[in-house]
Amino acid sequence: MQPQTTIHLFGDHIDTDVILPGKYLNLYTPEDLGPHCMEGLDPTFSTRVQVGDVIVAGKNFGTGSSREHAAIAIKSIGIACIVADSFARIFYRNAINIGLPVFECPELVAAVKNGDRVTVELAQGVFKVKGVHFQAKPFPPYVQGIIEAGGLVPFVRTQLLKN
Amino acid sequence: MGFTMTEKIYATHTKAGYAQAGEIVVLTPDVVLLNDTSGSITVEQLKKMGVQNLYDSEKVVLVADHFSPPKDVTSAQSIGLLRNFGKKFGIKNFYESGRYGIEHALLPELGKVGPGGLIFGADSHTCTAGALNACGVGFGSTDLAGVIATGELWVKVPAAIRIELVGKPGRFVTGKDVILSLIADIGVDGALNAALEFGGPGLANLNIDERMAIANMAVEAGADTCVFECDEQVLRYISQTGWKVRQAVEPDHDAVYLERRVINLERLEPLIAAPPSPANGVSVASVAGITVNQVYIGNCANGTITDLRQAAQILKGQSIAPEVRVIVVPATSAIYQQAAREGLLEIFAAAGAGVSLPTCGACFGGHMGILAAGEIAISTTNRNFKGRMGHADSKVYLANAWVAAAAAITGTITDPATIGAHLGREVS
Repeated sequence: MQPQTTIHLFGDHIDTDVILPGKYLNLYTPEDLGPHCMEGLDPTFSTRVQVGDVIVAGKNFGTGSSREHAAIAIKSIGIACIVADSFARIFYRNAINIGLPVFECPELVAAVKNGDRVTVELAQGVFKVKGVHFQAKPFPPYVQGIIEAGGLVPFVRTQLLKN
Repeated sequence: MGFTMTEKIYATHTKAGYAQAGEIVVLTPDVVLLNDTSGSITVEQLKKMGVQNLYDSEKVVLVADHFSPPKDVTSAQSIGLLRNFGKKFGIKNFYESGRYGIEHALLPELGKVGPGGLIFGADSHTCTAGALNACGVGFGSTDLAGVIATGELWVKVPAAIRIELVGKPGRFVTGKDVILSLIADIGVDGALNAALEFGGPGLANLNIDERMAIANMAVEAGADTCVFECDEQVLRYISQTGWKVRQAVEPDHDAVYLERRVINLERLEPLIAAPPSPANGVSVASVAGITVNQVYIGNCANGTITDLRQAAQILKGQSIAPEVRVIVVPATSAIYQQAAREGLLEIFAAAGAGVSLPTCGACFGGHMGILAAGEIAISTTNRNFKGRMGHADSKVYLANAWVAAAAAITGTITDPATIGAHLGREVS
């Protein structure tokens, strides 16, 4: 049985500028980026998050700038995964590539409130909130391969060794 | 069943020579672009991947533009990291000084963008390449580490939305207004996971710079990429830059589109995107009179010579309003030199505007014109998200260069037609 963690709820079109403001783009390590996570919306966010917590958001999460710094910042403060109605293409790829799980599950987004407690089964994409089970959409096969490898870095490393 | 321009460009960059919307394909791009913010992460990931040799160092282009010239020690170190990476792997295409500039404006000048080309950039505005009948696609840093290592990257081929341009634009209507109008109509996710394709008889009335302004903001509608049809203006442009890598593409008459839309340039008016969304396009009249603290004329698509000429036309012989910072940022060193030859820099200086070195600068809140809490900017840039140019409680209004320059004189958002009857585009 997985422990319960907390949902942090955000709206539609959360852009990468508010996730990680541009002035910090000269930083690139997880340790340096983490404290600024979501600073554009909520400067205290990184201090309130507990390891294993979940971000839930509406449509088009991670829109705007391609900055991978945004996904790195979210992962580095211990967010277990993001569940949204949909993701912007580049953010979605960035998250998968660095091993930050991202799930599309509009049913869950519609059903939860900020601060709700959730149980997460990452490998299955299954969530339990207030006794209700939610199943996220499956990943496309190619994406599943990158996830199973643990991200794009080990995926490419294996590919290079094979060649 | 025919193919879109996007499908054709993607197809020529696959091993099988085939790409259809909705399919996942593996692509090998003609150019891979990194800058001083995305590049640091790419370099780290390449180390972790254990990469000893790059797939093709000739294809890699490194541009220091975001925090360039370095705003502080950390930024200087990031640029140094990129420079050393280039040296270590024999990448000749490193641009920081001399001939340099903002990546998406610089690449076409260098002959790295042209008809049929595929450019992968670790920057969302890589879609600017679409103006020259190419596909530019933005990615994150790790994806580009993968493509630099292996020469390949998976993508889902986007279905396309066809935009037919007709008519001639009015006096103060520019490419910026075309894209602000489209995003106001379809929303910031109106083209999510799709491509935007532009063509039609109205295209001839927009120069390459104005097309770049349109292509640049395709991503603000959620688009993966953007392609304009090729025409004589594009062929003339590439005859000067030397692009010979690929052949031009045109859409098949029976190409399958998600949607076909028509934009009549004659019916457009100058638009302003009010904060905090590029989709908040409104008329100048509806926001006229709002006091601005800063006017910013620059960025990867609206720091072109066309923009500088428009701004100079407004500012010639005028004085900027007291207490307004006016910052003009030519997008590349070549544009800077052209502006100097035409006497535009002198006009800006005489009016009280500052001219910066080419840099991404304040567009993304980096440096060179950061806003304090409560401050308002009118800017020719591409994003007006909350806190984009500085403090979370500052605001950015997006506009074309004529409209932005008019605010420099009055200190408030102003219809450029009120500055002078002789101003604006020549309308026959």
